Amino acid sequence: MVAFILRRLIQSLFVMFFVALVSFSMFRFVGDPVNQMVGIETSIAEREALRERLGLNDPFMVQFGRYIGKAATGEFGISYQHKRPVAEMLVERMPATLELALVSAVFSLLLGVPMGVYAGLNRDGFISKVLLSVSLVGISLPTFLIGILLIFFFSVQLNLLPSFGRGGLIDIGLWKTGLLTIDGWKSLIMPSITLGLFQLTLIMRLVRSEMLEVLRTDYIKFARARGLTNRAVHFGHALKNTLVPVITITGLQLGSIIAFAIITETVFQWPGMGQMFLQAVTTVDIPIMAAYLMLIAFFFVVINLIVDLLYYVVDPRLRVDTGKASGHG
Amino acid sequence: MADTNMTSGSGFMDGMRRFFDGDIWYSFTRSPVTMVAAAITFLYFFMAAFGPLVAPHDPFDLASITLLDASLPPAWMEYGDPRFLLGTDIQGRDVLSAIIYGSRVSLLIGFASVILSLILGVGLGLISGFVGGAIDAFIMRVAEIQLSFPSILIALLINGVLRGVIELQNQADLAYAVLILSIGLSNWVQYARTVRGSTMVERNKEYVQAAHVIGIRPVLIMWRHILPNVLGPVLVIATIQLALAIIAEATLSFLGVGLPPTEPSLGTLIRVGNDYLFSGEWWITIFPGAALAILVLAVNLLGDWLRDALNPKLR
Amino acid sequence: MRKTLLAAAAAAAVLGAFGASSADAKTFKWAFQGDAQSLDPYSLSETFTLSLQGNIYEGLIRMDPDLQIEPSLAESWEIVEPTRWRFKLRQGVKFHNGNDFNADDVLFSAERVRKDGSDLKGRLAGVVDVLKVDDYTVDFVTEVPVPTLVNEWGTWYIMDKEWSEANGAEDPTDVTAGKENFSTRNANGTGPFMIQSRETDVKTVLVPYEGWWDAANKEHNLTEVIFTPIGSDSTRVAALLSGEIDMMYPVPVQDMNRLENDPNTEVLGGPELRTIFLGMDQERDELLHSSVKGKNPFKDVRVREAFYRAIDVELIQKKVMRGLSTPSALMISPLLFKYSDEFKRLEPDAKLAKELLAEAGYPDGFEITLDCPNNRYVNDEAICQAVVAMLARIGVKVNLLAQPKAQYFAKILAPKRDTSFYLLGWTPSSFDSWNVMFNIIGTPDLESGRGKFNNGGYSNARFDELTDLVLSETDQDKRNEYIREAYQILHDERGYIPLHQQALAWGKRSNISLVQRADNQFMLNYVKVD
Repeated sequence: MVAFILRRLIQSLFVMFFVALVSFSMFRFVGDPVNQMVGIETSIAEREALRERLGLNDPFMVQFGRYIGKAATGEFGISYQHKRPVAEMLVERMPATLELALVSAVFSLLLGVPMGVYAGLNRDGFISKVLLSVSLVGISLPTFLIGILLIFFFSVQLNLLPSFGRGGLIDIGLWKTGLLTIDGWKSLIMPSITLGLFQLTLIMRLVRSEMLEVLRTDYIKFARARGLTNRAVHFGHALKNTLVPVITITGLQLGSIIAFAIITETVFQWPGMGQMFLQAVTTVDIPIMAAYLMLIAFFFVVINLIVDLLYYVVDPRLRVDTGKASGHG
Repeated sequence: MADTNMTSGSGFMDGMRRFFDGDIWYSFTRSPVTMVAAAITFLYFFMAAFGPLVAPHDPFDLASITLLDASLPPAWMEYGDPRFLLGTDIQGRDVLSAIIYGSRVSLLIGFASVILSLILGVGLGLISGFVGGAIDAFIMRVAEIQLSFPSILIALLINGVLRGVIELQNQADLAYAVLILSIGLSNWVQYARTVRGSTMVERNKEYVQAAHVIGIRPVLIMWRHILPNVLGPVLVIATIQLALAIIAEATLSFLGVGLPPTEPSLGTLIRVGNDYLFSGEWWITIFPGAALAILVLAVNLLGDWLRDALNPKLR
Repeated sequence: MRKTLLAAAAAAAVLGAFGASSADAKTFKWAFQGDAQSLDPYSLSETFTLSLQGNIYEGLIRMDPDLQIEPSLAESWEIVEPTRWRFKLRQGVKFHNGNDFNADDVLFSAERVRKDGSDLKGRLAGVVDVLKVDDYTVDFVTEVPVPTLVNEWGTWYIMDKEWSEANGAEDPTDVTAGKENFSTRNANGTGPFMIQSRETDVKTVLVPYEGWWDAANKEHNLTEVIFTPIGSDSTRVAALLSGEIDMMYPVPVQDMNRLENDPNTEVLGGPELRTIFLGMDQERDELLHSSVKGKNPFKDVRVREAFYRAIDVELIQKKVMRGLSTPSALMISPLLFKYSDEFKRLEPDAKLAKELLAEAGYPDGFEITLDCPNNRYVNDEAICQAVVAMLARIGVKVNLLAQPKAQYFAKILAPKRDTSFYLLGWTPSSFDSWNVMFNIIGTPDLESGRGKFNNGGYSNARFDELTDLVLSETDQDKRNEYIREAYQILHDERGYIPLHQQALAWGKRSNISLVQRADNQFMLNYVKVD
């Protein structure tokens, strides 16, 4: 157990380092931050001096080493554009992204699971086929297009929902939440649908195929043979068994949702981390870009670690054969 | 050597034959949705292959485009022009032709990147599953790291690096290659994991052991005996990946790191037209958007059907 | 029961959000496509940042709605010697925190604006000394006579010495120090509005300053101002249409009609001072990005004229800019140069252009790369695409390299100047021709900074001579003559291809009245909500 956790931890550190290296090498190519930091009339000599002071002229490995050294002590520098500590800015933006991600995950679970169960139980039913096909339409439309169409209909044409931002926020300590006002919830509807649609389809299809698999197992056959009602078999036995992989996948997908929020946040002007990241890309705000990618990597590493540990606890087979069988599926 | 080639060829054909055996064909003919999806996909392939012959205009021939024709609505609407069935964009480009050329670009990039990730993934999966040991461990660790990130973020990163490495002025020419590489390299993991799993199962079967004993080289064993058996699931993944690759390309182009507007894919067309959606010139966005959605939907439906048809348990 | 409770809670929450919506409270919500970078008035010389700060801080002078200089924190000034300007400061002015404004604050601000980390050092260019005569009199001593000394001072804001020192904000924000400066998110000016709260890139709330010295000229009737940056064009338009915001800019040109046709919204349009133009590399002996090897076709005036005549700016105005631009024959807005009417653009003529190319030895045209930003100017990428198509008609194959401004500027500006043909826009911040002549058209020279943005390296000795004459000439008529001669030289040599001045486009709800200034600064003092 200890060895397993240790190995995982070392691996996680390696992942973080790898992400930092790749993203850092990328930044050198996204443009010149200095040109974005000064007004157009600043002289070339002044620009050069600023570049020098920022250490942008140092060799790549020196810059990278310096960054890793500081990041290890929790210091991510200050934003070139906003002149504020990056860590603080990320913390400020995090509630927006996390609330959006959570609500859309819940939304896709609440709709996806029943739809999947239904489609699994009535495999050849007409409604199941419609559900399957319609859900495919959902993932066949790119996220950005869904968001824009939603705004077009519900904000501009019908004037029902706000087209941008988080609405009324209530400050609860460090966390500014939109979940306590009607206004905040209204603002959440369209972004979370946009973001959750893909996951919804995924979950529905996963539940369906898991149900189909489980329903074929001897375990279910025996349950039926014992004379249990359909209801008991379906929900007591089959569904319960399908939920483990569903929850695992949803957990893993939470990371994806957070990362995918970049696009949704941009369309809805949602003041989250993704929007900040994309803005940082256009202005070559390296400290923000680096910190964001590291944070996302951190989320993934933590989520994966938790999932792995859970598997380890739940599935005894893994304890013998961790090396050979793939960690998770 | 000639003999080997032939047998390996027939090994592959065996796989294909098994793949298209009676059952699958039967299931195809019984599913009208699948047949429609196949027809639509075929139509897109046809348009892609013969685009220049089919399209009413050549959107790449800048000398024939004039701003005078800009922003015309579809032909059936007021102010529409019969020359432009689906209207024109703000540069005066025929939207229908742009869609035909754009689908061609989207499909090309989709296919090329799927083939790239397929070769890479299947190759690495075979090696990983067959050789095992440290190599296997290494490949699978890399795969896991990559799997823990959404592919679009990885594609963005690869894209950024490639764009930097390649000289700026060549970017326009190399935009295709950059896109194919970034999408292809971000999607190989699924193949590798599937193939590795099947390979590990097959490897321990008696026929492979026997082949091993009579001294057939490992590469040949992999090629002739293992590959045909993993082809089915790989094909299913490839079909679904094609849909995902097309969407990935559209998303990258939408974020502005894809193809330039002078050589638009469907994603670029949507990005450019998006600015005009609210201003009433909906046709510049909606038609390419619909074209993209229909294409992806059709491919997805095919992939779906293929997966169910190939899964003996579900029959 | 639970339901009613919930409803009550919701009502309370809604009231909380819009608590101020009682009878006479006027909340004004507006949006721009980005946020001000900082509240530190010396951190970035950029129109929007300075514009937002301009509601909180004030300078010694200010610009009235017609861009005429008028007294602000300085009541009056005179040139006591050619190199010495004397400013009488206004008495009784208080900063938002109650501190008095006096000469020490001016001296402090003059020092701070010239420190490292300040992006507005140029505001005091040529000033060698700032002297306190008494508490309300300050002298500025320049090295040589600078007739345009105060032209850009409308955006040189005066900070409070005591406040800055007490909060560790004596120096401008320095990113390299790795620490946040207090003035980045806090402000203490003398202006009509105060910062109530600020979340970078999310929301900034301003409230009127009751103690504003110029209450007599208070034009607004606001009690609260909420500013939200909205980057996406379509979202910004949607928010205005749905009434979520009262005002926003810029309006994307394609959405003009939509806003005008909606009874609740209006578009305010006006000429902007920025000129958009195409530049050509006339300096290198071989172009970096062209099929022509061994020589530079742009060195031949016939080729430059062929390019000029191939481009139909009126068509671009009509189709790409939807009328929201003014085709220009000059590199400066007609609002800023008296004799603009005398200059006419060359008539577009594809046939003549083709002949000129043939004469110059390129009967089949050639290939060249056009560098273009895609998120800097109004419809920049679309303009470039149109140019590409127009040049294709005379046989020139143009490869378009459109990039986000971050990469674009890094590539085409000095020191790299890695371009053969590019699109750029320029607003003379001093509202004067000299700025354009010196920065954009003058022969590039690292030492003096001349031609800093002349990326194509156009060079004419007489032009440079005239530029220097314009700088020191105080007689307006003579000055204008020099400028006229200079522009004529440039026009005859087809040194640049000016395209147009893009138009300002602000969108607002019909119940809002405001003043639009041609320099695109938005002054909250003129906003009325009915």
